Amino acid sequence: MKDALDHETSMPLSDIIVCPKCDAVYHLKIPKMGEKAICQQCHTVLIAPRHKAGLKIIAISFATFILIIGAAFFPFLDIDAAGNKNSVSVMDAALAFSSGPLLMLALATAGLILIVPLIRVVITLYVLVPIVLDLPPSRYAIQAFRLSEALRPWSMAEIFALGCAVALVKIADLATVGFGPAFWMFGGLVVLVVAQDNYICRWSVWNSLENPKKS
Amino acid sequence: MGIVACTRCTKAWPFGTQICGRCGHKMVSRDFGSLQRVWAFWVMGLMCYVPANLYPMLQTKTLFQKDESTIISGAVELAQHGAFGIAFIILLASVVIPLAKFWAIAFLAISVKSSKMASNHARHFMYEIVEYIGRWSMIDIFVVAILSSLVQLKTLATINPGPASMFFALSVIFTMLSAQAFDSRMIWDDQARDGDSV
Repeated sequence: MKDALDHETSMPLSDIIVCPKCDAVYHLKIPKMGEKAICQQCHTVLIAPRHKAGLKIIAISFATFILIIGAAFFPFLDIDAAGNKNSVSVMDAALAFSSGPLLMLALATAGLILIVPLIRVVITLYVLVPIVLDLPPSRYAIQAFRLSEALRPWSMAEIFALGCAVALVKIADLATVGFGPAFWMFGGLVVLVVAQDNYICRWSVWNSLENPKKS
Repeated sequence: MGIVACTRCTKAWPFGTQICGRCGHKMVSRDFGSLQRVWAFWVMGLMCYVPANLYPMLQTKTLFQKDESTIISGAVELAQHGAFGIAFIILLASVVIPLAKFWAIAFLAISVKSSKMASNHARHFMYEIVEYIGRWSMIDIFVVAILSSLVQLKTLATINPGPASMFFALSVIFTMLSAQAFDSRMIWDDQARDGDSV
């Protein structure tokens, strides 16, 4: 094991941080606001506190929550070919497979585009609001945050947004296609999801869940 | 060192601890079942990938004709219409990237056993790319979903999803699970072994 740490386990384990990707061991030193602690071996970001990150994340999460709900039900594309019109919402798109054996696929699609991102936003709010307000953590906050982390790769809203673009180009010569309000909501949603992932410092969240401030 | 670390929240614990006391994640120092799971999901993914290419992905009904196109024939058709750019994107997203992913995961899993094939940094970089890019293959499924819900213009034109869409989605999901099952710490283990012997 490559160590930034020489003296064998003489220090308490709470002073040690281990890179989850490559198992390199480091002496825990919390970086200043805006700085990052990066694993020297595999360059994974270990700790990255940001100034007032908690409040920003809560604000972003609220916005995301509203946008997801809105984007789900407003029409996001409409099509017009020789007088035949049709407009669909994300909900319709997710449930496009709902006939017969493809039902499973419909559920999976709806889950990946809407339900998983929604669950993650709700959990983030549930976990972070008490931390930022210096209240004791919510019940089951730890389990909830773990679930949210496990769901991270399965939240595919931004991929769906790119899928929209590809679909548009594919049928552009077949019919006139227009954007509905939900399309722009989805565009905003993508930016917010990326921003939220950038702001959140997982280590800080775990740390404050473990050592809640007394109040 | 005599410690074991949680891969979820980076907390260190004495060796032999089963469950992380901070986040409750199950802990193993080295997950030796990991490779088995990687290969199991890998084979499932490959099995689903074959019908995904053989069955039609889209059924297009226009005024006079009914078309069924697979992934590749759809791309070829687009190229014949002159849309080379999109044909290229579709081929890249649904043929090249999935195949490259199968190859990359297999390479990583094999290279854990015999380590002299590429540097650790190269392999770790590869692992991160596979993990990052895996989700993007879903784009094809979303395009099918959008098209088949949008293009429902009664007699003029309708598009319906074909059976390949389900297999393709399953294939993507299984390869994502396969990549997640891979314990990236194994990449660095042989370095520790070398370090000890020198």
